[in-house]
Amino acid sequence: MNNSPLHGRLSHVWRRLVQTARLSCGIPDYDVYVAHLRAHHPERKVPSYAEFFRDRQTARYKGTGGRCC
Amino acid sequence: METIATKPASVTSKILWIIVAVIGAACLAVVALRRGEPVNAIWVVAASIAVLMIGYRFYSRFIDRHVLQMDPGRAPPSVLRNDGLDYVPTDKWVVFGHHFAAIAGAGPLVGPVLAAQMGYLPGTLWILFGVVFAGAVQDFMILGLSIRRDARSLGHMLREELGPFAGVVAMFGLLALMMIVLAVLALVVVKALTHSPWGTFSVACTIPIALLMGAYLRWLRPGRILEVSLIGLVLLLVSIAYGAHVAATPELAAMFDFDAKALAWLLIAYGFCASVLPVWLLLAPRDYLSTFLKIGTIVLLAIAILFAAPQLQMPAISRFIDGTGPVFQGQLFPFLFITIACGAVSGWHSIIASGTTPKLLSNEGEARMVGYGGMLMEGFVAIMALIAAASLHPGVYFSMNAPTALIGNTVEHAASVISQWGFVVTPDQLSQTAHDIGETSILSRAGGAPTLAVGMAQLLHNILPGERMMAFWYHYAILFEALFILTTVDAGTRVGRFMIQEIAGLIYAPLKGTESWIGNVLATSICVGLWGYFLYQGSVDPLGGINTLWPLFGIANQMLAAIALMLATVVTVKLKRERYVWVPGIPAMWLVVCTLTAGWEKLSGPISFTVAAQKYTEAMQAGTLLAPAKNMAQMQQIITNNSVDATLTAVFMLLVVTMSGFSVYAMVQAWRSRYPTAQEAPRVALTSVVAQRS
Repeated sequence: MNNSPLHGRLSHVWRRLVQTARLSCGIPDYDVYVAHLRAHHPERKVPSYAEFFRDRQTARYKGTGGRCC
Repeated sequence: METIATKPASVTSKILWIIVAVIGAACLAVVALRRGEPVNAIWVVAASIAVLMIGYRFYSRFIDRHVLQMDPGRAPPSVLRNDGLDYVPTDKWVVFGHHFAAIAGAGPLVGPVLAAQMGYLPGTLWILFGVVFAGAVQDFMILGLSIRRDARSLGHMLREELGPFAGVVAMFGLLALMMIVLAVLALVVVKALTHSPWGTFSVACTIPIALLMGAYLRWLRPGRILEVSLIGLVLLLVSIAYGAHVAATPELAAMFDFDAKALAWLLIAYGFCASVLPVWLLLAPRDYLSTFLKIGTIVLLAIAILFAAPQLQMPAISRFIDGTGPVFQGQLFPFLFITIACGAVSGWHSIIASGTTPKLLSNEGEARMVGYGGMLMEGFVAIMALIAAASLHPGVYFSMNAPTALIGNTVEHAASVISQWGFVVTPDQLSQTAHDIGETSILSRAGGAPTLAVGMAQLLHNILPGERMMAFWYHYAILFEALFILTTVDAGTRVGRFMIQEIAGLIYAPLKGTESWIGNVLATSICVGLWGYFLYQGSVDPLGGINTLWPLFGIANQMLAAIALMLATVVTVKLKRERYVWVPGIPAMWLVVCTLTAGWEKLSGPISFTVAAQKYTEAMQAGTLLAPAKNMAQMQQIITNNSVDATLTAVFMLLVVTMSGFSVYAMVQAWRSRYPTAQEAPRVALTSVVAQRS
């Protein structure tokens, strides 16, 4: 049952929803970042999700980014 | 490569679009022409959807192909500068969701509610045509320009295309705009919570809830945003339910019963703390909660309107288009176009469209859906807010939005004044509405939030009836608006602080360090002091504050939109696409005309700040007191406030004129040149980058 196409489709949609929700809060996709590090900067240490989260949380409120009125 | 944009339209598709156009025209005709009997809101919804769909399908495609010439084969910044963090090629629906969450705010919910005093038709038409021809054009074009320029910010692009001085002028304009935005939004919260223990209690509860969420995210389960937001939501709903008990218990109620002045001071103190404290503790968790609640509530409002299908009780066009309205002064032109800013066209969006979004788009071809489409969604939110306000009894609407100076502070007096305006209402109806929503009074709660909350509560109550449910929904709506306004205030104060530190750094370099405590506290105090001044002024204003400050906010926001559209116009000419100069050029000119006319009327003439200041000065010299001032010190304060507002209006006008001057100069230069002079980054083929990477 878990390998049915419907299940695959639903989990894909759920993943996208979670990604959207996190991005709306200023947290980019962790898996994408890890994949990027492995591919392009193998010498750097891969942060844990908690470290990654803290770093991005601080970064969000640094600059003149923003939201609307 | 064949995409939807390049494929020739098939016969079925042509027939389909003709049907959409016919349905849209028919619904619009019903909305615009039916007189004497109430129109159902569904007609407005159907007409809006048809207009927005046609605008998206035809106009945005025209801009995509001819004006911006977006190129799906060109590598965007997300691919060229991919760093896995800020620049990441992202699925277009994810980018769309993120972009919409960033542009949607309190603005499109408040403006249309205030503009409903002129009837629902002027507001509806301006939102629909404004969003298609101005607002979405601005968002899309700025996004399109930014994606071609390494995802640069609006300020950076202004410096490059219009010159360094224009960039500095725009930076000051932005800071002034931000202070007014924060003050006006905070004032909306003050107006909603004045003498409302239930509302104040539940909004106050968001602070401990946010602290709890912050600690949970920091130590217990780091980074589990969705999980902690659900916990937060449940706690919020509990605090709303418990609020009823607080309001009903006199000892508890007294602790949360504040007047406007006290609330203003509390908000100022809160804003200071929230922006000095570490972000993970208060600001970030509150931000998460408000982001999800915002989207959830917009969906809830849509469902409520569709299922309740209310009749619009407000007339299509009310007598107040002549400029004598109680909610805000000024005639249809230019004040309708100033009052409804967000929702039709909002300058603020140009900052987001040149912020995170261009760093995420994986393809230039997707800018249209995200930029143009995202703004159309916001236009639709504004239409829903307008429907919620227009479906209220007009007598209730005016009693909530007219200032005490006009309708007094008893239901009997208010009902008689409003009935004289032609909107017959009994004192009982007003007291009954207050009772239904669990408040002691609904009089003079201007600012849009309470009106929208009553509208939403009535709609939701129609679908889910139940005793005391209306009061719950009312306080839910108030809480949600207060929550995301306060998040904007927190985050805005922080951004304002960095801007001030940057300006201060020009004078004394060490102040620029964002880690320096002295710089931090100093800049935060200046920032809070700036918006706090206007907030305090609004909370003691005889006309209720919103009446005075909303036009200033509208002028400032439309000023920024005008600047963004002028940049788009200049670049269109610089790219030697002069024949399409009207696409951004006409909305830019329209906004310049609107802001300058509105500014002028606020500077001289019967509804101006100057005349108000003069009236009080003359009375003071004659030694008489004018209401609502109770002593000479208050008289003096009213004079000062009006003079400050007049000066600020003049500054905004000067900014618009200066930026127009820079734009016209840059345009004439570019027109003369025989070659394109825009500062685009060179084209790199997407295929070449992808081939190289893999």
